[in-house]
Amino acid sequence: MAPPLELVVNDQKYPVHSDPDTRLLTVLRDELGLTGTKYGCGEGQCGACTVLIGGSPRRSCQVLLGEVVQPVTTIEGLEKDGHLHPVQQAFLDLDAFQCAYCTSGMIISSVALLTQKPDPSSTDIVQFMQGNICRCGTYPRIVDAIQRAAKSMEKQPR
Amino acid sequence: MSTLLNKFTREPELEPERYEFREAPIHHFALDRRDFVKFFGAGIMVFAAAKDALALQESGGGRQNHSEELPKEITAWLHIGEDGSVTAFTGKVEIGQNIRTSLAQSVADELRVPFETVRMVMGDTQLTPFDMGTFGSRTTPTMAPQLRRVASAARDLLLQTAAKEWNTAPEKLLAVNAKITDPASGRATTYADVARGKTLAQRIPDEDPMTPASEWTIAGKSLPKVDGRAFVTGRHQYTSDLRPAGLMYGKVLRAPSFGATMTSCDISAAQKFPAAVIVHDGDFVGAAASSENEADEAIAAIRAEWKETSQPSSSELFSYLKQNVASDEPSDLRQSGSIPDGLAAATHRLEATYTVAYIAHAPLEPRAAVAEWKDGKLTVRTGTQRPFATRDALAEAFHLAKENVRVIVPDTGSAYGGKHTPDAALEAARLARATGKPVKIVWTREEEFTWSYFRPAGVIEIKSGVAADGKLTAWEFHNYNSGAAGIATPYTVPNQHIEFHPVRSPLRQGSYRGLAATANHFARESHMDDLAHAAAMDPLDFRLKNISDPRLRDVFQAAAESFGWPAKKTKPGQGFGIGGGIEKSGYVATCTEISTDDARGAIRVVRVVTAFDCGAIVNPDGLRNQIMGANIMGLGGALFEAMAFNGGRITNARFARYRVPRFRDVPDMEIVLMDRKDIPSAGAGETPLVGLAPAIGNAIFDATGVRRTTLPLAPRA
Repeated sequence: MAPPLELVVNDQKYPVHSDPDTRLLTVLRDELGLTGTKYGCGEGQCGACTVLIGGSPRRSCQVLLGEVVQPVTTIEGLEKDGHLHPVQQAFLDLDAFQCAYCTSGMIISSVALLTQKPDPSSTDIVQFMQGNICRCGTYPRIVDAIQRAAKSMEKQPR
Repeated sequence: MSTLLNKFTREPELEPERYEFREAPIHHFALDRRDFVKFFGAGIMVFAAAKDALALQESGGGRQNHSEELPKEITAWLHIGEDGSVTAFTGKVEIGQNIRTSLAQSVADELRVPFETVRMVMGDTQLTPFDMGTFGSRTTPTMAPQLRRVASAARDLLLQTAAKEWNTAPEKLLAVNAKITDPASGRATTYADVARGKTLAQRIPDEDPMTPASEWTIAGKSLPKVDGRAFVTGRHQYTSDLRPAGLMYGKVLRAPSFGATMTSCDISAAQKFPAAVIVHDGDFVGAAASSENEADEAIAAIRAEWKETSQPSSSELFSYLKQNVASDEPSDLRQSGSIPDGLAAATHRLEATYTVAYIAHAPLEPRAAVAEWKDGKLTVRTGTQRPFATRDALAEAFHLAKENVRVIVPDTGSAYGGKHTPDAALEAARLARATGKPVKIVWTREEEFTWSYFRPAGVIEIKSGVAADGKLTAWEFHNYNSGAAGIATPYTVPNQHIEFHPVRSPLRQGSYRGLAATANHFARESHMDDLAHAAAMDPLDFRLKNISDPRLRDVFQAAAESFGWPAKKTKPGQGFGIGGGIEKSGYVATCTEISTDDARGAIRVVRVVTAFDCGAIVNPDGLRNQIMGANIMGLGGALFEAMAFNGGRITNARFARYRVPRFRDVPDMEIVLMDRKDIPSAGAGETPLVGLAPAIGNAIFDATGVRRTTLPLAPRA
């Protein structure tokens, strides 16, 4: 049996036994038990499985374990010492979800956007978030939540 | 004749929902009182029983009957623990519509306890009372009042118990914020203290007055979603996230096309995968393995031969529907006056045909189930809108007594009417029985798009007449296949013939948010627009002229006022439209602004104003979320969603090919809520959707002068 690969997820090192050609989504959910990242389509079309790899948003259903060299951040890694990330807090404050199955992917994508563009216009948001589906149709509140998070991060950078 | 009579006496909110997979309730209650005490410990429990059941069980007619045995037909119940914790039980399920929050608000409001102390136990066939299912916008109008009655009775019981201890009358005591006080003596106690050491179970009185909406303190407010933090942190576990010890992953071999039958199946190659368990049982072939990949590989190694049959394609759908009327099924007919007389009296006569495509629910969490057998008993966790029907289907499929099957519904990644069937639960349970371990089935997106079921497609034909004064004289309406929900016209017409014709559907079809009300409103409201133009009237004025229901008039006027109707065009390609109606006791009117781009034929919905009246509002913020969501979901079906199929195969079973609304499609939205505290609350998840498609179609007509009679309106745009 091949020695385990090492994967850094949410600042923690994990030995991983899955085959290198396993989808990162499957590794996160089934081997590491990080089920906050969701399966929605398996073809990178819905954004439910979005994670950060080296800070960039990636569809974890389209990334193979063997390709991952940089640290991974999932929804479980955003809360620090019991404090929600400003994006999580804004989603919570504005009830920017309904069934919330898309929410992990929405929040991770939003974090990526705000890293690239700390003060996005609503057009920026719509363009950046176009790959994330909310079938419940909570889009307008998600746009508002991202702008609210941007304001709160401006005041208190993380 | 008697069936016809029944049709005419039917209550308006009980429109025939042919595709709701209705069945007679089979009453059963698993916990008896001793089990109950064992489960919760001491405290006070209050329950509501179905009316008929009460009559049967009532022996002495005593209203304060401290029952020793629970009746079997309990519809809702509530427990107050010795620590003051409140747990309310309902068979309804949370699928994103926010009822875990709104029901808890109603309970807290009526019981006079802080909202945070109420916990809802939902959709668990062992713990919650029987429930038909979470569909038809029934939770708010029926379950909320039931829980309120139970909470009201519990409050009375607490007051009586305290009064007895203080040797005073319960009417002299006050119940506020989980405390009971006696203003005369200054004595005070808490609900927890009253409940301590008691094991009381009480049936609620037949008629217990509920707090009127004008006096609500916790209901009627925009409280945030219960457990919201679990959702934004990814901690909430949907069915597809569950990982019990020893879990195996299941996959099912699917037929290559609808209607195909298996002629041979060789599983020998798959059996070479040592980690996989293969099950071939009748027409079911599945595999379970310790990883999803291994289960996939095992399924791929199975060699099956299939006999395929000729199947209609989406290009011939509408002629197929007209040619395949199910003559053995009765149509649903409402009639008054005479159509020939009505047409003869008309100055303008119109005739038109409308079509509506099959569309998919596409819930972002696909169908999923985790099944586990233990000592001959089966437990299945699954995202279903019908936990009890799923339990019954499992009991039947595995020849089990219902007591030996438990179905639990974790809060689910949406459903929209799409999760009524027990498919994934049956598959997981069959594989789990073979493996002796828990098995999880999560459908792929392609399976979800192919093997679930669809909103019924339909053909609608209308013949109508309007007099010179703008009053409708004749209304003949035939709906083929899409359904009878919302088929009755809310306009005053002396001569009507409205008929729903069942059809042998080429695809598996079923319930859907708004169901046929979307199709029927699209056809009716598009046609009303054409009639308005024929009569040379403004579309809003024309509708108002033919409306007698004041609540419908109010929502039309409210939407129009907020929108600025009639609006003046300020740029090329601009168009304005209006549409609305009454459905499931809710009233909706929608105004839209669209823009067209002639070069590409694209339609963009720029602005939507929705006015909605669902009686007394329980949670305004939650309601706005539902209306906004209904508009956006409705936008997909209105503009571009349609199943494409050929040779028994869905040819667009992927999000890359089946377009759903995304951020860029979202218009500016304004929602006008008519909070009618004097009217009982209606459900709100579905009705706001029905005015949108016709309002868009009418705006397209306004912009282009071309009437589009198909849903979706702009499939290639």
